[in-house]
Amino acid sequence: MAQLEKRASSAPAPLEWEYAPAPEARDIVEIRERYGLFVGGEEMEPRSSEWFESISPSTEESLFEVALAGAEDVDLAVSSARGAFEDGWAKLAPSERAKYLFRIARIIQERSRELAVAESLDGGKPIRESRDVDLPLAAAHFFYYAGWADKLEYAYPNRTPRPLGVAAQIIPWNFPLLMLSWKIAPALACGNTVVLKPAETTPLTALIFADICRQAELPPGVVNIVTGDGTTGGHLVRHDGIDKLAFTGSTEVGKLIMRELAGRDVRLTLELGGKAANIVFDDAALDQAVEGIVNGIYFNQGHVCCAGSRLLVQESICEPLLEKLKRRMSTLRVGDPLDKNTDVGAINSKAQLDRIT
Amino acid sequence: MDAVALEERAATLAKRSIKRESKLQALDLAIRMMDLTTLEGQDTPGKVAALCAKAMRPDPVDSTVPAVAAVCLYPNLVEGAKERLAGSGVKVASVATAFPSGQLPTKLKVAETRAAVELGADEVDMVIDRGAFHSGRYSKVYDEIVQVKEACGDAHLKVILETGELGTYDNVRRASLLAIAAGADFIKTSTGKINPAATLPVTLCMMEVVRDVYHETGRKVGIKPAGGIRASKQAVQYLVTLYETLGSEWMTPDLFRFGASSLLNDVLMQIRKEKTGRYQSGDYFTID
Repeated sequence: MAQLEKRASSAPAPLEWEYAPAPEARDIVEIRERYGLFVGGEEMEPRSSEWFESISPSTEESLFEVALAGAEDVDLAVSSARGAFEDGWAKLAPSERAKYLFRIARIIQERSRELAVAESLDGGKPIRESRDVDLPLAAAHFFYYAGWADKLEYAYPNRTPRPLGVAAQIIPWNFPLLMLSWKIAPALACGNTVVLKPAETTPLTALIFADICRQAELPPGVVNIVTGDGTTGGHLVRHDGIDKLAFTGSTEVGKLIMRELAGRDVRLTLELGGKAANIVFDDAALDQAVEGIVNGIYFNQGHVCCAGSRLLVQESICEPLLEKLKRRMSTLRVGDPLDKNTDVGAINSKAQLDRIT
Repeated sequence: MDAVALEERAATLAKRSIKRESKLQALDLAIRMMDLTTLEGQDTPGKVAALCAKAMRPDPVDSTVPAVAAVCLYPNLVEGAKERLAGSGVKVASVATAFPSGQLPTKLKVAETRAAVELGADEVDMVIDRGAFHSGRYSKVYDEIVQVKEACGDAHLKVILETGELGTYDNVRRASLLAIAAGADFIKTSTGKINPAATLPVTLCMMEVVRDVYHETGRKVGIKPAGGIRASKQAVQYLVTLYETLGSEWMTPDLFRFGASSLLNDVLMQIRKEKTGRYQSGDYFTID
């Protein structure tokens, strides 16, 4: 009883609470020392004999070495894609193509933890996001386009949709695997074959995806992955064996590509940067508007093509809104991307950090 | 209120991963914040005696486990509990005002409150008149809380909004403001007699009101989610939400309580698991 009284007499002090580290285990990903190119269903040493390092942006640790594809490598990849296109992928019954896509979708789900950890390690995004956003969406895209493969005729009545041929696809570093899915899944569903170039700083999940293609027994050459930097992308854009180019990335590079493709019989899709505005009026639910603003600009460290980097607020609520926003921002947890409680991980690369600071 | 963004925020907070020492701290705090509750027609003095013993010393074999904040009972059982808990620091909370429906004339509600306080209640958990609220008679709801608060004297007043009957988050926000303006020391989600009882989004909604009131006036109002919180994991999610919404200032039994009956045993099991590395069978903890 004395003990109880003692406890009662001491006024309850508020708890200063710290979340203990809650890191996602990284040993689920087996990272090799070196990754070659994925061409014709097999891993290939680059003819260029050039390699570069992939760096984990949160620790600056070098994760692995990866091939830097040169002109000859890109040429091999494009001819491999052409071969696969002509050898049967385009003529395969759409329902059969769908089976491969469904299979890939299921394997992505099965390996989602591994892919999520790889994404956070290589690109710096918090595991909370790669686990809850990138991976479920990547699998969902494959499921979705698998479903479309045998329904295209119904989408375009009285017309006969047919594949274009070889699609060259260049993707950015902000959603590496998700962008890959966005590009590869519809291209394959429609009967095209693909040469994909992942971003220089985030090739890891694309390289694991190469393994998934093998695991799904996708016919060789249907998906080819060439890693490298801007010069590799340049080779791909200039290659005369491509029928389609899809690029997501900076407006600057988009303009270069458009110039390069002018006058050529190559179809083009560009998805370029644009910054968006949040507009808040005085009848808004302020606390939820703050959530919207925070998600708009801090999701994926702001590495989003439509990030809400501008804020327009009706004057009458400006002050309370900013106060709420500042308070909310103070609760964002910046830290190790692999920690499950991290809200803001690492900026994607040293170069990007230098650009924005 | 925007339901989508509110629920999404609550879902994000519920995903925080609280491990090891921070989990133990949270579980310890959850016990210190607990209003151990029994509100049944079948409650007897004997059951209340057992409940009080458990309230003071939740885990008989581990003296480092703290006492709960209060026991929460019907007025008839207050006197017995008060005797049992004398000197322990554990408070006695009594429900009042025609709990759980609130459908009685105001003067009887006031009389009931007065009786509960005279019987020794340190805290009073009243219900708002949802019938009046839904028919737009906000002033009746307000006046009643003012009168009950007056009848409480020194006793702390918790105002139960019964959010499960309010329908929308806008109504929850309105009722919260009404209760706070009328003098509530705490706003409480539910009686536990209606489904849904406490939910994380509804509690977050109330926390946001409390935060706004604090920033406007400097007044600190407490929050008590009650009903449906049975697992340690849920309790930790509420604490995370509290911590990231109102900050460490609110991480005290003075400003946050859990209304619960079966939660305590699960917390005790989790504490023992954290300390020993092994799960105990539920059979090793008392039922009441």
